[in-house]
Amino acid sequence: MSGVSIRNLGKAFPKEDGTVTQALENVNLEIGDTEFICLVGPSGCGKTTLLRIIAGLETATTGSVTVEGRAVTGPDPKRGMVFQEYSLFPWRRVVDNVAFGLEMKGVGKEERRKTADRYIEMVGLSQFRDAYPYELSGGMRQRVAIARALANDPDVLLMDEPFGALDAQTRNRMQKELLSLWEQTKKTIVFVTHSVDEAVYLSDRIVVLSHRPGSVREIVEIPWSRPRDRTSAGFAEVRRRVLRMIDETENPQ
Amino acid sequence: MNRQTQKRLLGVAALAITAVIWQIIAEYVVGRSFILPSVTDVAGAFVNLLGSGTLLADTVVSLEHFGIGLIAALLLGVPIGILMGWFRVADYLLDPIIEILRPIPPLAWIPFAIIWFGLTTQAAGFVIFAGAFFPILTATYSAFRDVPKVFVEAGKVLGCDTSLELIRYVALPAAIPGIVSGIRIAMGVGWMCLVAAEMFGVSSYGLGYQLWHNYYLHQMPNVVVYMLILGFVGLFIDRIFRNYVDKQLLRWRAGEVA
Ligand SMILES: Nc1ncnc2c1ncn2[C@@H]1O[C@H](COP(=O)(O)OP(=O)(O)O)[C@@H](O)[C@H]1O
Ligand SMILES: [Mg+2]
Repeated sequence: MSGVSIRNLGKAFPKEDGTVTQALENVNLEIGDTEFICLVGPSGCGKTTLLRIIAGLETATTGSVTVEGRAVTGPDPKRGMVFQEYSLFPWRRVVDNVAFGLEMKGVGKEERRKTADRYIEMVGLSQFRDAYPYELSGGMRQRVAIARALANDPDVLLMDEPFGALDAQTRNRMQKELLSLWEQTKKTIVFVTHSVDEAVYLSDRIVVLSHRPGSVREIVEIPWSRPRDRTSAGFAEVRRRVLRMIDETENPQ
Repeated sequence: MNRQTQKRLLGVAALAITAVIWQIIAEYVVGRSFILPSVTDVAGAFVNLLGSGTLLADTVVSLEHFGIGLIAALLLGVPIGILMGWFRVADYLLDPIIEILRPIPPLAWIPFAIIWFGLTTQAAGFVIFAGAFFPILTATYSAFRDVPKVFVEAGKVLGCDTSLELIRYVALPAAIPGIVSGIRIAMGVGWMCLVAAEMFGVSSYGLGYQLWHNYYLHQMPNVVVYMLILGFVGLFIDRIFRNYVDKQLLRWRAGEVA
């Protein structure tokens, strides 16, 4: 039901000198309900832009995005977003950060805090519910950001390199936790990453974008069950294949 | 001896030495209380003024002038700063007007303060307002311009659909630290305008008014007493404000370098 349909999508940013930066061109992609999709591609190929258009934070120049059959025209709590940089409101305690979306919906204090507590527990931060963001480590902040997005019960969860700033160990742990959250909540997830390893570990399908202007170059299906073994030969093989694709789009010939 | 007590001891010592030097210079070098009242002259004047009982009334009246000006500056400065910081059209419209008015020294408004408000409390308040308004306005404006984009976008994605909601739930809380430091600067400027604002005698009380009055009476030790009280009350206001802000308003910033 909560599939995302991207048709002939293009995005051009106007530049100072009157010309444009063509960030995306002719992107076509169908994302199924409860699917876990990773977007990879060379840096500057438009991954963030594509995600922001799906979120409704940026408008497409051409083409359209529809979610559940409805065209995206602006930001909506039905499409949750976890940003690359830390986006928690520093003036709110963890619980009130997570309850923010519910507060905007007009849910009463008691009830929204109860819901928030449930999601905080889901990301394993119950003893930090009354902490301010400055008291949390980077990994904890992103967990709260995920809980905050989930508390709105969105159909689609959009994540832009959410673990990019974390150390390798924390990152691996967060990936495991994210998979377990995904299995519990059955969201459609679109996850941008520059780590091919992360993409192979997480996704049902990896969408490889070509060099700017970005368009879908290849889609790699990963049919394996989870949890996946990073050290297996198959894992390494897929990783190598995707890396080669990115490399080729970056330096054609 | 730890650093804190060392700091206190040295501070007290420096004050004591200054007082002694002041006393010596006033008594043996200058020798005229009119030119430079000595410490003991001032202490005596202070005791006399305490006895006459107007010190408290003076302080209250001054705080009233200050309060009127500051509150007016807040009521106008914060909303206009928000408008200009959030809505580009408001910025383009108001900016030229603000740019022309801002460099006018607050005390240059005194003639019109009297013409518009007469010799009233409001006239004194208006001069303080003229000093406090612009620091509050510009601080609010830049605090709003500096709200990180990611907070605003997070707000939108989480369900703030109107500018009003985004301002109330995202931009304003994010801007509070900037606005608060603007208010602190505004309080300093406003307090500095107080003596001039009371110079023309809108009432027969007020620390600034008494300072001028005693000058006309050539009671220079009294003038020094009022100077010192003005300094202490100003310091006190700033301390209370800073304490309140750190304890109540900006708890979420604890641990950051403020
Ligand atoms: N707001 C913007 N204004 C102008 N150009 C932009 C803007 N956002 C992105 N771009 C340009 O679009 C291209 C794609 O950017 P982005 O989506 O951030 O790439 P990625 O996330 O894949 O690294 C880049 O060339 C970038 O400079
Ligand atoms: Mg990016």
